[in-house]
Amino acid sequence: MRAFEKLIIVIATILCCTAGAAWSQPGQELTVAAALSLKSAFEEIAVLYEEKYPGERIRFNFAASGVLQRQIEAGVPVDVFASAASRELDELERKKLLADGSRRSFARNRIVLIVPAGVTTRIHSFADLADIAVKRLAMGNPATVPAGKYADEVLRLSGMRDRLSGRLVLCENVRQVLDYTVRNEVDAGILFATDAAAVRGVVVAATAPAGSHSPAVYHAAALKDAKRGAAARNFIDLLLSSEGQAVLKRRGFQAAQ
Amino acid sequence: MESSTLFSLRLSLQVAAVATILIFAAGVPIAYLLARGVFRGREVVDVLITLPLVLPPTVTGYLLIVLLGRNGIIGGTLYRWTGWSIMFTWQAAVIASFVVALPLMVKTARAAIETVDRNLIDASATLGHSELWTVVRVTLPLAQRGIVAGLVLAFARALGEFGATLMLAGNIPGRTDTMPIAMYAAAASGDRSGANVMVLLFTAISGACLYAANRLGRRTA
Repeated sequence: MRAFEKLIIVIATILCCTAGAAWSQPGQELTVAAALSLKSAFEEIAVLYEEKYPGERIRFNFAASGVLQRQIEAGVPVDVFASAASRELDELERKKLLADGSRRSFARNRIVLIVPAGVTTRIHSFADLADIAVKRLAMGNPATVPAGKYADEVLRLSGMRDRLSGRLVLCENVRQVLDYTVRNEVDAGILFATDAAAVRGVVVAATAPAGSHSPAVYHAAALKDAKRGAAARNFIDLLLSSEGQAVLKRRGFQAAQ
Repeated sequence: MESSTLFSLRLSLQVAAVATILIFAAGVPIAYLLARGVFRGREVVDVLITLPLVLPPTVTGYLLIVLLGRNGIIGGTLYRWTGWSIMFTWQAAVIASFVVALPLMVKTARAAIETVDRNLIDASATLGHSELWTVVRVTLPLAQRGIVAGLVLAFARALGEFGATLMLAGNIPGRTDTMPIAMYAAAASGDRSGANVMVLLFTAISGACLYAANRLGRRTA
């Protein structure tokens, strides 16, 4: 057999084996775009949702809230968008992309300073970041990552932002902040309390005091072009229900109000 | 053009230029050995060097962190001795570009060296020249165009390196944000005008590199 024919057969076999993975027709599928920091809580809530509405399936797209916002603006089909800050939903609302009256705030988070575990460190508070020995500090990119936006506010309010420029490693999402800190590639990182609690290998050095940044409130809304508008509202209702709130609380989130 | 865009462009060119010099220094001997050398594990070496061409850049980046990070196999020792880590420096961007772009150079140069007329090399040996003299004065000059085409390709690839660079050098504005990283940040944050300027500029530079590589490559054959 000629090489070209062999290649065709191999590719055809791969396609047959994977058919259904990417281009399966979604039956009763609800697409939820959510902030990466919600991942573990939302995966648990999805189980609740699928139990409550048999036959329904949830498909998640987890990324930094700002990245998701761009995707939605570019026309990626999404039913529910859950953001770690109000900014993204404000902008989508202005562009009339949200379903009227569907927007709710459903949780709150805190900003913490973390250091790698098992390393002697001089960093015990946000003020210690001014120390010249702090060579690298990881945080989310304020332009796209809500946790980074809050971190930026904390640093600006304390007047350290300018002194730290050139030492701030801007990450594309909170997982990257965690990974760099766990690996001890950076001296410290700033992110959400829930993300810090989710892994071993980091120690929380300090929690940003209330008032040092704008409240980190999570908002969710159904999209105007949602194919599954009713299901989208059901999902948001579930987030606000006592069951949904219990999951969020167990994962370290606080109530929105 | 904004000063931050200008900085990113300058940084990208600097990183790609240094990486290309290293690629030339390492790539020519490797390509020669792969083309002419007879040794055990030749194809293994070829596979190892070519892997970054097909691996997701994130995998290459991850492997480089494992090697060069503060706790890395090589990086850890360096950090303990000197207190310096290559992570999040422009040199890290050079390393990432080097590893990802090297296979383009080696592949192209190897092919060029393999097509050099065996008779000419034998003639050189018959005239009593050493192998090294033959390589430097006969083989490499005859394969010159292929080698330069490979270098230009490698330069273009180094200029565009994103995934592994982001992981290893990070995004420190004003320090390690090369053009691809600045473009990604601009696009992700909705800065359309900034992204457009950079995309146009970058596409033009990369297109010119490819055109040059094509012309050089064609005249080899």
